[in-house]
Amino acid sequence: MGGWAIAVHGGAGVDPNLPPHVQEEAKKLLTRCLNLGISALRSNHSAIDVVELVVRELETDPLFNSGRGSALTANGTVEMEASIMDGKGRRCGAVSGLTTVKNPVSLARLVMDKSPHSYLAFSGAEDFARQQGVELVENEYFVTEENVGMLKLAKEANTIVFDYRIPAVGSETCSAVAESPLQMNGLPISVYAPETVGCVVVDNQGRCAAATSTGGLMNKMNGRIGDSPLIGAGTYACNLCGVSCTGEGEAIIRGTLAREVAAVMEYKGLSLQEAVDFVIKERLDEGFAGLIAVSNKGDVACGFNTTGMFRGCATEDGFMEVGIWE
Amino acid sequence: MGWAIAVQGGAGDIPVTLAAERREPCEAAMRHCLKIGVDALKAQKSPLDVVELVVRELENNPHFNAGRGSVLTREGTVEMEASIMDGNTKRCGAVSGLTTVVNPISLARLVMEKTPHIYLAFDGAERFAREQGVETVDSSHFITQENIERLKQVQEANRVQIDYTKPIQKDEKKETPTADGDSQIGTVGCVAVDSHGNLASATSTGGFVNKMVGRIGDTPIIGAGTYANNLCAVSATGKGEAVMRATIARDVAALMEFKGLSLKEAAAYVIEECVPRGNAGLVAVSAKGEVTMALNTTGMYRACATEDGYSEIGIWSSVQN
Repeated sequence: MGGWAIAVHGGAGVDPNLPPHVQEEAKKLLTRCLNLGISALRSNHSAIDVVELVVRELETDPLFNSGRGSALTANGTVEMEASIMDGKGRRCGAVSGLTTVKNPVSLARLVMDKSPHSYLAFSGAEDFARQQGVELVENEYFVTEENVGMLKLAKEANTIVFDYRIPAVGSETCSAVAESPLQMNGLPISVYAPETVGCVVVDNQGRCAAATSTGGLMNKMNGRIGDSPLIGAGTYACNLCGVSCTGEGEAIIRGTLAREVAAVMEYKGLSLQEAVDFVIKERLDEGFAGLIAVSNKGDVACGFNTTGMFRGCATEDGFMEVGIWE
Repeated sequence: MGWAIAVQGGAGDIPVTLAAERREPCEAAMRHCLKIGVDALKAQKSPLDVVELVVRELENNPHFNAGRGSVLTREGTVEMEASIMDGNTKRCGAVSGLTTVVNPISLARLVMEKTPHIYLAFDGAERFAREQGVETVDSSHFITQENIERLKQVQEANRVQIDYTKPIQKDEKKETPTADGDSQIGTVGCVAVDSHGNLASATSTGGFVNKMVGRIGDTPIIGAGTYANNLCAVSATGKGEAVMRATIARDVAALMEFKGLSLKEAAAYVIEECVPRGNAGLVAVSAKGEVTMALNTTGMYRACATEDGYSEIGIWSSVQN
């Protein structure tokens, strides 16, 4: 109890048949990011700085769905979004519809720190990025071959590809995704989970922060905004905790998931783990999602109702763990 | 139990000296919207239909900062946003960055009902509007002379104006700002509950005067400007950034659920404790047919009515429910 803590995620909803070498790559990336965060925490960086630098690392690596490696829109382009929140003062920044900004989470931070607003999107956000002199690249930079292939599959199935690897949790082994078309928002679509990325930190002063970044749903409509940039849904931090969510965007939004964890701690006095368990169990209805959270007391917790979640966490007393499955 | 409805036309630093010719059209609009909402509830329309039709009415009224009459971005354009939520299912829809859609709230509803998504914005939302065949017009339709003046004044004063409710004083020097600079935004919203306890909420706005292009406020953010579940429905208004960080609409519901506060207590708590003074207002109804309207600004255009015959129209806080 007490001291710093950090958690990272690379998305909830994992194909049980994910090839071992991909699992290894994912774990290596998560470990690397955790270590980056840990060393920053040991150098007394603030929580808000740490979440930003860790998420930048995740955005830059093409493995997960954010920054480079983002899922593609129906047009084959990338539209990225992110948000960041500083528990101290509950200041926040968010961006959506980015197409040339190399690190969306950093632009979100600039919105928070350098603009009179909290949320900028599309061409307005891109203009702001130019004014701020952040690193800009061509949209193609973010597009990976793997995702081009995924988009083609999605279009062939003429569906929004959400999670190819989410069989219903708790159902019989090897429940086939193919059989009953899973539903998202009541409309039948094949399910394929793009991984969002996120980081939550409490520093050695007990300040919490959270950040989330994503390219969104494969084959999404241009202009579609998910939960990641929405304060209270994908990201939330206050003086009690920091939370970052991943999974079905729509379920996270309607469940105001990140805020929910903090609200039950604040208004019901639940501990971090109790709050996380409550929210995952009671607030998702038929939705699938996961989240990571830290508390101002140095606790770290994660929860998910999907088959897996790419995640890692560490605390000052030496605990460290990286995992994918339950 | 019984039906209840509340309407808001924006919270802000509405001066008590507001000239009659400025005040009357807004009061009349509140009265009219209340009536059409009440009539619809009496005709057994669903709360979701009721909040949509009331907000459409306010969007069409150029005296409020939504739809026609929206305040202008720093480039003199209009970018409208809205969200709607159904308490029973917690289904929701939101739009941002609209420039030609006559009724943003209706597009938000279509996003909820016709797409697998919740939130569409800017070009994508405009394209969806065309696919859906909703009414679109040249964006000059939304721009009023008053807002052109307002933008000019603010740009001359070179600051972001949060308060569209201040009347334009053509000959006066710029208003002396209040302590932290500005008072609050206009938004329009409506919450309703029917006699079965079904709840819905809808909010719509043009945003901040002189806002940056692409700026999104609290109005389309579920949990901030709009929220509804099976306990209550809330529509908030005020300084967008403050409403967002305080997740105002969600917090009212959370306090009821997790701390057992009544609707009125929860609303009062959020408005008094969770946002700085001068930053926000809200209207809310509960599944039991209660209604509350709370503000920590000088004023908020508002009106409410319940099935047992209570009704109220107000502007300043002394008239508060």
